[in-house]
Amino acid sequence: MPDCLSSELPFRLAGGLSTGAVYAMIALGYTLVYGVLQLINFAHSEVFMLGTLGAFLTVGALVPDGGVTSQTQGAMILLAAAVPAVILGGLAAVALERVAYRPLRRRGAPRLAYLISAIGASLFLSNSVRIWRGPNFETLPRTVRSRIVLDLGDTFFTGILPESMQRVRIQNRDILVFVVAMLAMVAVDQFINRSRIGRGIRAVAQDAETAGLMGVNINKVITVTFLIGGLLAGAAGLLFAWSFGVTRFQIGFLPGIKAFTAAVLGGIGNIRGALLGGLLLGVFENVAAGCFGVQWRDVVAFLILVLVLFFRPTGLLGDKEAT
Amino acid sequence: MSDYLLEASKVTKVFGGLTAVREVDLTIRAGEIRGLIGPNGAGKTTFFNCITGVYKPDGGQVRLEGSRLNGLKPHRITKAGVARTFQQIRLFAEMTSLENVQVGMDAKHRAGAISAIFNLPRHRRENEEGSVEGLRFLRFVGIERYANEPSRNLSYGDQRRLEIARALGTRPKLLLLDEPAAGMNPREKEGLMDLIRKIRDSGVTVLLIEHDMKVVMGVCERVAVLDHGEKIAEGAPEELQRDPRVIEAYLGRGAAEDAAGA
Amino acid sequence: MNSGNGTNNNRSRRLAVNAAVALLALFLLIIPNFVSLAAREILVLIATFALLALGLNIVVGFAGLLDLGYIAFYATGAYTWGILSGAGPIRLPFTGTEFWGEWGFWIILLVVLGINMCIGVMLGSPTLRLRGDYLAIVTLGFGEIVRIVANNLDNVTGAALGISRIPHPKIPFIGYDFGLNPLPYYYLLLLLLALGITVIRRLDHSRIGRAWIAIREDEVAAGAMGVSTFKMKLLAFAIGATTAGVAGVVFASKSNFVSPASFDVFASFLVLCAVVLGGMGSIPGSLAGAVVIVGVPSFLQLRFPQLDEYRYWMFGIILVSMMIFRPQGLIPSKRREAELMLEGDPDIPSEATT
Repeated sequence: MPDCLSSELPFRLAGGLSTGAVYAMIALGYTLVYGVLQLINFAHSEVFMLGTLGAFLTVGALVPDGGVTSQTQGAMILLAAAVPAVILGGLAAVALERVAYRPLRRRGAPRLAYLISAIGASLFLSNSVRIWRGPNFETLPRTVRSRIVLDLGDTFFTGILPESMQRVRIQNRDILVFVVAMLAMVAVDQFINRSRIGRGIRAVAQDAETAGLMGVNINKVITVTFLIGGLLAGAAGLLFAWSFGVTRFQIGFLPGIKAFTAAVLGGIGNIRGALLGGLLLGVFENVAAGCFGVQWRDVVAFLILVLVLFFRPTGLLGDKEAT
Repeated sequence: MSDYLLEASKVTKVFGGLTAVREVDLTIRAGEIRGLIGPNGAGKTTFFNCITGVYKPDGGQVRLEGSRLNGLKPHRITKAGVARTFQQIRLFAEMTSLENVQVGMDAKHRAGAISAIFNLPRHRRENEEGSVEGLRFLRFVGIERYANEPSRNLSYGDQRRLEIARALGTRPKLLLLDEPAAGMNPREKEGLMDLIRKIRDSGVTVLLIEHDMKVVMGVCERVAVLDHGEKIAEGAPEELQRDPRVIEAYLGRGAAEDAAGA
Repeated sequence: MNSGNGTNNNRSRRLAVNAAVALLALFLLIIPNFVSLAAREILVLIATFALLALGLNIVVGFAGLLDLGYIAFYATGAYTWGILSGAGPIRLPFTGTEFWGEWGFWIILLVVLGINMCIGVMLGSPTLRLRGDYLAIVTLGFGEIVRIVANNLDNVTGAALGISRIPHPKIPFIGYDFGLNPLPYYYLLLLLLALGITVIRRLDHSRIGRAWIAIREDEVAAGAMGVSTFKMKLLAFAIGATTAGVAGVVFASKSNFVSPASFDVFASFLVLCAVVLGGMGSIPGSLAGAVVIVGVPSFLQLRFPQLDEYRYWMFGIILVSMMIFRPQGLIPSKRREAELMLEGDPDIPSEATT
């Protein structure tokens, strides 16, 4: 039994769940828009990127020249950065819908046109940032140091745990990211299922024409759908910035594709599927990186994407529809 | 080897909890004009779709001159000799009338990519034939003058005719017409009935779904009646007119009893 | 309404078009003699790209299949030449110029034609059964997988460093070595383009071309009329793959060098951009698109190097604007123009219908 699957597994699990939670948040944006518009919102990855940018700019502005003086101050700054990140994400998503998609809807354009427009919007957004900030990676100034909160070698249960598991250490950051993401997802899930607008979203997702005839304001529903996805992607941007400490104009591309893979894996259009898909993908990726080497990490996502689309295009939680 | 052209036995199609077609038998001899009628939702188009491969029957068999059709892909069934028109017109809107028919004729052509790329004789011959014969089909249905017109510009009635011409282009043994008279005025319907007879006389067997009783009575020799997915009656049109089961299916029990009493 | 009484007009119009094409061809043939070396290099770039756009146009424009990983076929062509010519790290009996001899480049060009066709069929068979959006994403996934694999296989593809010192083409009897001179490549590409255009036009005016249009218009009706929809899609896909492979071989031999960096998803987007901008389904359109997408920025870059930053940014704006205002492209194919303007997708809630 190779190390990556035995002794390292819990450690990889923890990291995977944390990254996976971030993927899940982004995936939700894809899945919601697909449910309502039957569209792959290619430019969603740039919404996420803008979220990271918002976080970076805020932190950069708030961190004093000498660096952060205390953990509390650092935590406050991070919290403060959440606001612009989330708002920027939401705004970007809504603007995207208005500029790149609505005119096409007005014309009744074929599906291909939306996809191409999405690609164009993605290029525009990412390169706008590139022109502004340059092509290089930017690192986040240190805000809150992450520390190890759970060391399985040092607990009450140490005696009964197997040797390999005693070496597992989990960082508080991973736990926090996971928890925050889960809370956000649950909130959205409740919103979609309980609120009036949420009902509208579900109605349009099922049958737009009838929903319109029943008095649902389709434009408003679509705007709200993009907004929710954008807010979540912005928040995911903040969590990502905190977890990995870097950003770049093209930072959205890979997480975007992976999040989309997650959405497909879970069942495109299915909210809980996005959650499940994200977590699963994060874990698979992390374990694969451990087993085969970091350079193969990204292939995992693409392989899963391809395999799912071939063998079970409706995903894990989707219903088997006739194509 | 059966002497029926088409033999559908116990064809069944289920969608989720709904049995759209339940064990329907239908046999058609070459040279007939058969009708398939029934109230809306009776399963007529579904039955058509089972024959033409759009749906795979969940039970039963469909045979054309003894060879099995069920389970084949639609294009194979067309190549085997069964062509159809659609309830809602499905022409290739941007192609001209002639091009639409040529697509149909391509079903029986064999020139492939290599033949086309190197302009081999077979390709030239089939292309040539396509234009000439295609015009003939258009003339047959009466819309030759619109040969180079994009099909979306044709009038509704002419579009229906074009759909028929296109289906005929595949050189079928059996032609399935799905509500060909829908939306036509009485004069157009007369023309349609003449056309159907002409089609049969040219050697193509016809099976049509129709709601307009005048058309059914006018051209069909034998008619089958479907209701709620089952075949409830079959016979000559005049007989069925008086059949209480048929009346009940269309108009309800009360009407059937009235008819029986009258 | 009918073309009956317009034959004279048609004839003179066709004469005019033929004359224009002939003039253009002449222009293309002699232009390199009047421009600088840098400009000639750009011409080669444009011609390569035009070949790519021509191929993708068949897939996207004719058959209506959105392929977002097209560049992978370009990569397989380039790498095949690199490996078979012996410049790569792998050592097999059939790698190396000694095996292939003086005609090596030309033979391998044909070999790549075959290999890429097979790869196109292999990739297309499972993929083309998928619906539009899914097809796009799967092709994107495949494209990335190819790139990542090429990036990591040290022993075959040279990983991130790629394969260098790839030999140039030679013409044996007269002993001519293409070398680094852009001119012969340019003329070779023009020849390949001419061949490609001929092949595609012949297909367009055949039952296959009609089948593609029928599939685009109404796939179900096409099937009902006997069109083997899957086979036709596969054919388009395979032809596109072959064209890209040929372009890849020429590119690899010109630049002596191939690495995964040239084959990322943005390169696929660039080709797609050219096809869309020029006019999907239109042969002159895709060529024009290639000229605009590659030629204009390249020439601008000669004069204004600082503008290079804005290239993809402009593409983004162009793509969105084109889709909103002129989806049929610069030189539209008349058919596609009507399709793109009139048709809508019933699944997407549009303000036109609700």
